[in-house]
Amino acid sequence: MALITAKDLSVGYGGQTVAEHLNFKVNSGDYLCIVGENGSGKSTLVKTLVRLIKPVAGEVKFGDGLMANEIGYLPQHTIVQRDFPASVKEIVLSGCQSRMGLRPFYTGAEKKLAADNMEKMSITNLADKCYRELSGGQQQRVLLARALCATQKMLILDEPVSGLDPKVTAEMYELVAGLNKEGITIVMISHDIKSAVEYADHILHIGNTIFFGSKSEYLQSKAGKIFMMMQSKDPHVGKLV
Amino acid sequence: MSESLFDASDGEQMMDKLSLYFAYPFVRYCVMVGVMIALCSSLLGVTLVLKRYSFIGDGLSHVAFGVMSVAAVLNLSNNMIIVLPGTILAAVLLLKTGQNAKIKGDAAIAMISVGALAFGYLIMNKFSTSSNLSGDVCSTLFGSTSILTLTSREVIICAILSFIVVVVFVLFYNKIFAVTFDETFARSVGTKADAYNLLIAVVIAVIIVLAMNLVGSLLISALVIFPALSSMRIFKTFKSVTVFSAIFSVVCAFLGIIISMLAGTPVGSTIVATDIVAFGICSLIGTLKGGR
Repeated sequence: MALITAKDLSVGYGGQTVAEHLNFKVNSGDYLCIVGENGSGKSTLVKTLVRLIKPVAGEVKFGDGLMANEIGYLPQHTIVQRDFPASVKEIVLSGCQSRMGLRPFYTGAEKKLAADNMEKMSITNLADKCYRELSGGQQQRVLLARALCATQKMLILDEPVSGLDPKVTAEMYELVAGLNKEGITIVMISHDIKSAVEYADHILHIGNTIFFGSKSEYLQSKAGKIFMMMQSKDPHVGKLV
Repeated sequence: MSESLFDASDGEQMMDKLSLYFAYPFVRYCVMVGVMIALCSSLLGVTLVLKRYSFIGDGLSHVAFGVMSVAAVLNLSNNMIIVLPGTILAAVLLLKTGQNAKIKGDAAIAMISVGALAFGYLIMNKFSTSSNLSGDVCSTLFGSTSILTLTSREVIICAILSFIVVVVFVLFYNKIFAVTFDETFARSVGTKADAYNLLIAVVIAVIIVLAMNLVGSLLISALVIFPALSSMRIFKTFKSVTVFSAIFSVVCAFLGIIISMLAGTPVGSTIVATDIVAFGICSLIGTLKGGR
């Protein structure tokens, strides 16, 4: 059984549907990239998957022992975080919050988990640094480490490379690909179709045309061909191409 | 300590005056209550400032003024009975409207707070039996001398409420951090962010009602905001910011009360003035330290 199954799913805000009739599956170990034009509902879809908003119609089923609160989610940056005084350690540790229930403090095991994930993201040396003083790439590593504290199974990333320079972007993709090799299922929104096609094994394209399938199928499909062409022509669509 | 700042006779005089004052229980009560309130109000300040909720505190304090004037008109012996629930209710409403109503957060707060001020004054003006109306209004707005006339029962109520606030804050510290830093992530892993926001709002309401005695409803926001802002200038982790703002707030309140006694100035505004001076010092330190 798949980890996530979306059946005739429609997503949107406050009664307004932005994407309809989506059908797709995410199996354990997959690397799924969600692509599409701006405003096609990628972020809305992802927020629906992590149950921040309710589906307008259809359903999202979790299977294979995946609980909805076991997804590590990496949201887009908020304004609050820009001047938030918090150390890297504090933020990574907050990834363990779902394990706590009503228990007020973190256990030694949870602190260990946070430390391990910081090590994995090679940010241990930044542990006591202030989050707002880090570079964009370092901040994303911190949020990745936090997401890893929340999950052993699945990461959902909402444009993790937006605003990063090409070198850091490449590092970020390698990092995520490495996690995928370790067995963590990845669902990622990307503006950057070239990298999406390079790293992902499945593509979900939403917008005017909807496509879901493996990477090679996507490259053969009409939606894929058109989108690839558009991005290579117009430098503004694929920011990082 | 004072010897180093003043020459011997001045210092002695001040010390004499202070020890004379401290012989009176009401002065001790005042200092105790002041310190407790300062501690509580500083704890959630960081969260409020970061969540862009600073004005909720302001709005709520106006609501508390409105409710207080109703209590005054009804001649309730202990106005806490209706002021506390009334303010908590307003806090819950403000939070709910801020999230999903047609009138957006800041506008809703402005509306409710100004409305409560207007109605509060209207009610007081029309129905109050007091002979010194403007004095009553002024003391509710800017803090009263009532802090010097606290009964031991009021001190106990204040102590209990402060204790509850501190315990709640410590127990939920990690959750409050999580919800403040990234509400979206917190929700995605199943943290009941709405419940914690509600908790934060209720605790703020309690703090505001407490602080009203000390600095009056117009100046409460200062007690909430200045410690947090000052501490954010210098410190960089959530824990150190929180701890320092608590210390900052307590020290400023204590100094403010002492100064107001010695100089004969109003308690509330003296405390706020002390906060502002200390904020200036912290900003300076922050600038020197961080170069930003």
